[in-house]
Amino acid sequence: MPDIDIDAPGTTILLMGNEAIARGALEAGIGFAASYPGTPSSEILPAIAQVAKRRKIYAEWSANEMVAMESATSASLAGIRAMASMKQNGVNVILDFLANLVMSGVGSGLILVSCDDPGQRNSSNDQDTRPVAKWLDIPLLEPGDFQEAKDMTKWLFDLSEELDTVCMLRCVSKISHTRGNVKLGELPKAEPKVHIFSDHPQRARGARRHDLLHQKLDKAREMFESSPFNRYVGPDKAELLIITCGSCWLHSQEAVRILNLKDRVGILKLGTSWPLPQKFLESHLSKSQSILFVEEIDPFVERSVMELVANLPSTGPRPIFYGKRSGHINAYGELNPDTVITAITTIMGFTYQTRDIEYEKEVEALSKSYVIMRPGTLCPGCPHRASYWAIKNALRLDGRGGFITNDIGCYGVGPTAAGFFVGRNGYCMGAGTGVANGFGKLGQFGFNQPVLAACGDSTFYHAAIPALIDGIHNNTNFILVVFDNGATAMTGFQPHPGIGETAMGEPARVISIEAICRAMGIRVEVCDPFDLKNTTATLLDMMAMDGDVRVLIMKRECELIRARREKPPYKVYVDPDRCIGEACGCDRLCTRLFLCPGLRWNSKTGKAEIDEIICSGCGVCADICPQGAIIREVA
Amino acid sequence: MTTKTLVKDPLNLIIIGAAGQGNVQISLLIGDALVREGYLVTFGQTYGATQRGGTVTNYVRISKEIQCSPIVPEGRADIILALEPVEAMRMLRRYGNPDVITIVNSRAIHPIDITGGQTQYPDMDELIEAIKRLSTKAWVINATDEAQRLGNPVLANIILTGALIGTGAVPLDEKSVESLLQERFTKSIELNMAAFSKGIELVSH
Repeated sequence: MPDIDIDAPGTTILLMGNEAIARGALEAGIGFAASYPGTPSSEILPAIAQVAKRRKIYAEWSANEMVAMESATSASLAGIRAMASMKQNGVNVILDFLANLVMSGVGSGLILVSCDDPGQRNSSNDQDTRPVAKWLDIPLLEPGDFQEAKDMTKWLFDLSEELDTVCMLRCVSKISHTRGNVKLGELPKAEPKVHIFSDHPQRARGARRHDLLHQKLDKAREMFESSPFNRYVGPDKAELLIITCGSCWLHSQEAVRILNLKDRVGILKLGTSWPLPQKFLESHLSKSQSILFVEEIDPFVERSVMELVANLPSTGPRPIFYGKRSGHINAYGELNPDTVITAITTIMGFTYQTRDIEYEKEVEALSKSYVIMRPGTLCPGCPHRASYWAIKNALRLDGRGGFITNDIGCYGVGPTAAGFFVGRNGYCMGAGTGVANGFGKLGQFGFNQPVLAACGDSTFYHAAIPALIDGIHNNTNFILVVFDNGATAMTGFQPHPGIGETAMGEPARVISIEAICRAMGIRVEVCDPFDLKNTTATLLDMMAMDGDVRVLIMKRECELIRARREKPPYKVYVDPDRCIGEACGCDRLCTRLFLCPGLRWNSKTGKAEIDEIICSGCGVCADICPQGAIIREVA
Repeated sequence: MTTKTLVKDPLNLIIIGAAGQGNVQISLLIGDALVREGYLVTFGQTYGATQRGGTVTNYVRISKEIQCSPIVPEGRADIILALEPVEAMRMLRRYGNPDVITIVNSRAIHPIDITGGQTQYPDMDELIEAIKRLSTKAWVINATDEAQRLGNPVLANIILTGALIGTGAVPLDEKSVESLLQERFTKSIELNMAAFSKGIELVSH
């Protein structure tokens, strides 16, 4: 990660959208940053934390997004510019607080950054958080490129102070997680300092405050009318007007350039998505009788502009609107230049040939047989593979149709081949425990399958504790399995309350999951999942003890962390004399079922083998081979 | 800043590999070097499961005129640098065209449904032949083996970076990349420089 604290105004560097947001906050004189890791927002907080001590900033990974937003608010109230950043799911977590926060004011600038993941490449859902801004009356900006990611963040602090309300930046994966040119601005000379916090009680006081909030929004609308983040490029009269925002601004510009339509198609780029700058929009809507909305996930701007148009006095024919409602743009997932090209050519009635037609035919014919799928799986040496193997075997031996309710994290593969299909569902952070808790209460209705809940270590602190307490209090029947790999692995190894280190690299008290669970007076077992035999036996024993909440902690460090520190513990190889392949009757247990990328089936020799470059040397596969053909030697 | 003109604007470089092969590192190195030379660079990524065997695609888009979209439009790759042969083919399918230059590491990384024996990895000779047919010029490099000879298979990505610079397909000279390498890899600089030179050497005949 580059050091964003470069004191060189005017210099242009390559920054990730998230780093640009962090830099914008730095230039605005941020004093307090809080977050919970979640792709695609995870790099914002570390970029600030990395320079925090030098800049006299406080930065933390919070236990969850709610605490992050609440803590950032306190700093704001005390006169420190503050920011909470999170992915779209995190915005759901903070909703109750946010809906109350908007009813009061702020002290210094207070920003909520939401990074949405269109296409849910790294998420449990394809959710658009912009409706939250409209719903809760929060001024909302959307960066259209990397420079704007920085500049908007910086300006939002001023706006928040001017309006006396929390402001929101909505970014998407294709800005947050991609990189582009950013020209750096000035860094503040003064250090962040507390003001005296005694002015007025900051709490919601009746419906009158809701009215006051609407007045703030009116003021925001007025300010947005002349915002440099909104602009139009194109002819005075356009055959087609594209209204776009976010990364779709880049896709739209490129589509128009490729189709050579800059004299015929205009682009209205919106940076202030809520409230809409009404007069600015009105002045441009008359440029064309055909309007195409290009935005990711929900038709947010599309609907809002149509509402606005519906309220305009009718002067002549209404334009034709194209977008998600008309089916020209998908109302889900991620867009790209080609999706915009297709929409434009469909509306304007011509065809576009992407490449030479002969080449197209040849590439289709050749690639059909040579392009194979590359599905994701757990890493070689991942402790979760061993945990799931033990769970699969214990459930099979128990024989009552038991299953596991999944959660969010690397171990979320439970319902797939990589988790041996032992998982039944997966919703949001902490839901594995809550859902298992519900199943565990169904005994009186005749439900008799054993239920296990999956939960990661970071997830345990984030959201699993209330459901666990509920289960114990109400005498529910389930086993919570904590996949404790000592890491928030999926999002990039951010420290959490069990690690012993803060975001700023300070030592921290380790909060023991085992101690928390034991303090609740229930049965708690800790296993090393690499010890398959003991783990399976322990789980079987726990399943036999029906009628209470039990906790099994699968404790084994994430392989990616171990590998950074030391050489592989074992040299692993297949003894070709002992591996008897198809004649074994194991039905290729190691390569077909265990699914470690380090093992491969050699169809020529009819035997399994180890890929030395990929194998991490964990040696677990030696314990699953019925022939003892996989040899594990201490390296 | 450079006065070099681009043969095409934007120039589209795609760097692709299986997750964990270090292709992001290459892309960042190239991207940073290009911004220093005064280009507008957009470096986009798409990936499947982040660190778990899926494919990672990096789009490095180079322009003097516009900040490009993070995704290369279909059929518009100018250079494909693939850390794995099937991935080269996957990119040619979507982004290839008669003028594309391809640089490919010839070592296969087997996806899990191949390790499991459900499907077969294509015949390597046929696959390489197809890649050559679909490219105006293709360099096939056994970077993983070369890297192992240098002492560490992870150096394959630096060898391929050398190869990319050696072909002259991107507007960067050896010196500018070397100076960045020296900044980035203070620990094992000699090994990385050797890998970089090896890459240049492999395409210079």
